[in-house]
Amino acid sequence: MVSPILELTDINKSFGHVQANKNINLKINKGTIHGIIGENGAGKSTLMSIVFGLYQANSGSIKINGKEINLRSPRDSIINGIGMVHQHFMLVENFTVLENIILGFEGETVFGEKLQKAKEDLEKLCQTYNFNIDLDATISDLSVGFRQRVEILKSLYRGAEILILDEPTGVLTPQEVDELFKILRSLKDEGKTIVLITHKLIEIMDLTSEVSVMRQGEMVGHTKTEDTSKEQLAEMMVGRSVLLRVDKKEIKKGETIFKVNNLSVKDDLDVTRVKDVNLEICSGEILGIAGVTGNGQTELLEALSGIRKVESGSIELFGEKISDQNNFLNPRMLKEKGLAHVPEDRQRMGLISDFKAHENLIFGYHDQEPYSKSAILNNKEITEYSNKVMQEYDVRPNSPNLITSNFSGGNQQKIILSRELNENPKILLVGQPTRGVDIGAIEFIHQRLIDMRDKGAAILLASVELDEILSLSDRIIVMFDGKIVGEKENKNVTDRELGLLMAGVA
Amino acid sequence: MEFLSDIASLINSTLRISTPLVFAAMAGIFAERSGVIDFSLEGKMLMAAFVAAVGSYYLGNPWLGLLLAIIVCVCLSMLHGFASVTHKGDQVVSCVAINILIIGLTTALAAAWFGQAGLTPTLNEDQRFLEIHLPFADALRDIPVIGTLYSDILSGHYVFVYLAYLSVPLVFWIVFKTSFGLRLRAVGENPSAVDTAGINVFTMRYKALAINGVLIAFAGAHLSTAVNANFFREMSAGRGYLALAAMIFGKWHPKTALIACLLFGFTDALQIRLQGVELPAIGEIPVQLIQALPYILTVVLLAGFVGKAIAPNAIGQPYIKER
Repeated sequence: MVSPILELTDINKSFGHVQANKNINLKINKGTIHGIIGENGAGKSTLMSIVFGLYQANSGSIKINGKEINLRSPRDSIINGIGMVHQHFMLVENFTVLENIILGFEGETVFGEKLQKAKEDLEKLCQTYNFNIDLDATISDLSVGFRQRVEILKSLYRGAEILILDEPTGVLTPQEVDELFKILRSLKDEGKTIVLITHKLIEIMDLTSEVSVMRQGEMVGHTKTEDTSKEQLAEMMVGRSVLLRVDKKEIKKGETIFKVNNLSVKDDLDVTRVKDVNLEICSGEILGIAGVTGNGQTELLEALSGIRKVESGSIELFGEKISDQNNFLNPRMLKEKGLAHVPEDRQRMGLISDFKAHENLIFGYHDQEPYSKSAILNNKEITEYSNKVMQEYDVRPNSPNLITSNFSGGNQQKIILSRELNENPKILLVGQPTRGVDIGAIEFIHQRLIDMRDKGAAILLASVELDEILSLSDRIIVMFDGKIVGEKENKNVTDRELGLLMAGVA
Repeated sequence: MEFLSDIASLINSTLRISTPLVFAAMAGIFAERSGVIDFSLEGKMLMAAFVAAVGSYYLGNPWLGLLLAIIVCVCLSMLHGFASVTHKGDQVVSCVAINILIIGLTTALAAAWFGQAGLTPTLNEDQRFLEIHLPFADALRDIPVIGTLYSDILSGHYVFVYLAYLSVPLVFWIVFKTSFGLRLRAVGENPSAVDTAGINVFTMRYKALAINGVLIAFAGAHLSTAVNANFFREMSAGRGYLALAAMIFGKWHPKTALIACLLFGFTDALQIRLQGVELPAIGEIPVQLIQALPYILTVVLLAGFVGKAIAPNAIGQPYIKER
């Protein structure tokens, strides 16, 4: 019998009236990769923040190596060998890598010898784990993948034996995920214990040896990864059986309604990001755009939705030219022509996070009947509509007066989706519809997109999740370096084939 | 020779006039680098001037007056911290409240204690700071250039002038060469990073505010117990705001903030000198225009000359740990 390195007993934690953790018990064995899975808002991050000393539990005990410890601040946890890589990196952007790592553990009042020593130690650590980080680089110059490595290095330097990673893959490209997993496996081989918080089943199956499942603040099960399956875990997470594959009817393809001719688009830095792109979408079809982040998908979607100027080429809707380099319609005019847009970055472009849910639900239509009359908002009508639509889209909690930022990512996405789908658009542009969205909501969002397709809408779906592209699209195009490098009917096409195209190899 | 001594006296007054600005800018750097906006430099400087004058008058020693001013200013900084750090209030509102409070308080207290609204009794020589004449200043005066430099520019200042310019390298050293400075800068950029490194964000901000209080006390004492021999109503005359502008113009950096303070001090010194002077070809410039010079300069500099000033990332935001 192996004794656990970390043991939590009856942990309780409330924020105001919300109980985030209820009687949590958890044992984590030394030298393992232990997954903690659950939907957004299930209490995973709260639990791990308690272990890291950032939050204090209302009750319960924490034992490390069998010894009960009292964690009053992250300092206590760090001293006890716990390190944590947060979902939003805890780095000072205009500091160097070295400064970020020694922060709080400088070891001397005035910089001198110890700083030199720290640098040498860190260089050795970098070599051991093959990190390839320039210690004098400024964080803001580093890619997200590298920043994450800095976070890992920071924890290791501070002597972490247990490394907690909170949703580490949410912001990474598939290649960066592979690199990260390689690092985590080698850390495990070194004897470190890894706790992986995620809502992605595939990562759990891939990496962990044991898994604990949380739902609505409670621990609902522990199991060895080899004894379970994705379907079983999904059911435990959501509390009901979940369809992991999308059921899709045979395509009923209509006429071409949206056409893009030789489109080129520049970004804010005047770099051409979309190069001579041609595409057509028919009604009743979902066209998926696959590609690694930053290969022009963002700019393409922005140009098509009227947010970004077209450099050259044209866009046609129902055979009528709606945009070219000389005149382009603004998003509002496009909306009137039947185009809807679910933007990639919902925090920045899709929603106003400080607004109440009902305000976001009608935003863009707020000056139309019945939501307003003679420039005055009709609050009664808006509330009634919001209640109805939030029920229909299963937005939780169903409270139209709640500030939008208090909803989970999935529910925020449902708010946007309901607004955009409400007017039955003829063409729908969707970017990263399920980024940071929990599994129950993913199922719902996918189903809605399929419903729109079956009703005859033309849908353009850009996503970095290959699974999503493969399960929803009827046709797939791959973008690399601003160009379309491949087009496939979604029959018998494999993720490997697409992966090669995405990397610009094939 | 006439010209040289004019220049020397211009530099001399620039150094003197810039002194409270330098202290205030350095004080501002500590607060704002830690993420706490400090518009209350103005009010604290005024309070320090009042307390130092009253303290010296009753205790008979300007150093004791200064000590009292330090204690009171640190308390005011703590008040600002209590409102805006602990209770997460709006930092600007807290500062404005302090400024308004002190304008009224100094006037009222002076009236209650000395019978004159906003005026304290004149301090005698034992109760105030006197100009320090460096050794051999008189003997060396007649040596060309070096004599002028030593005797007319370096010598003959109040102790605060020397302390102000010594404080700049000290602040630079603390902010950029010590672990305290690293934490200070980090807490103003990303307090979460500091918290997860096991350092208490609130304690760091209170420490920064305490240093801020000490430094600003020097600026006030300089006004009422050195260059003047009493306190009068609103004697800080916007210097706190000017120092804040200098600090922003100096991009929250002690060295560039010093240059900005000297520039403001110089235009002010020049302005005094230009009043009533007949300039060749132009004639006499209206005094109002000359007096507006430092402010016009401020607007021009802040508006475009220095490029974009990037404030500490977390400035003005109270730290909220739990959602």
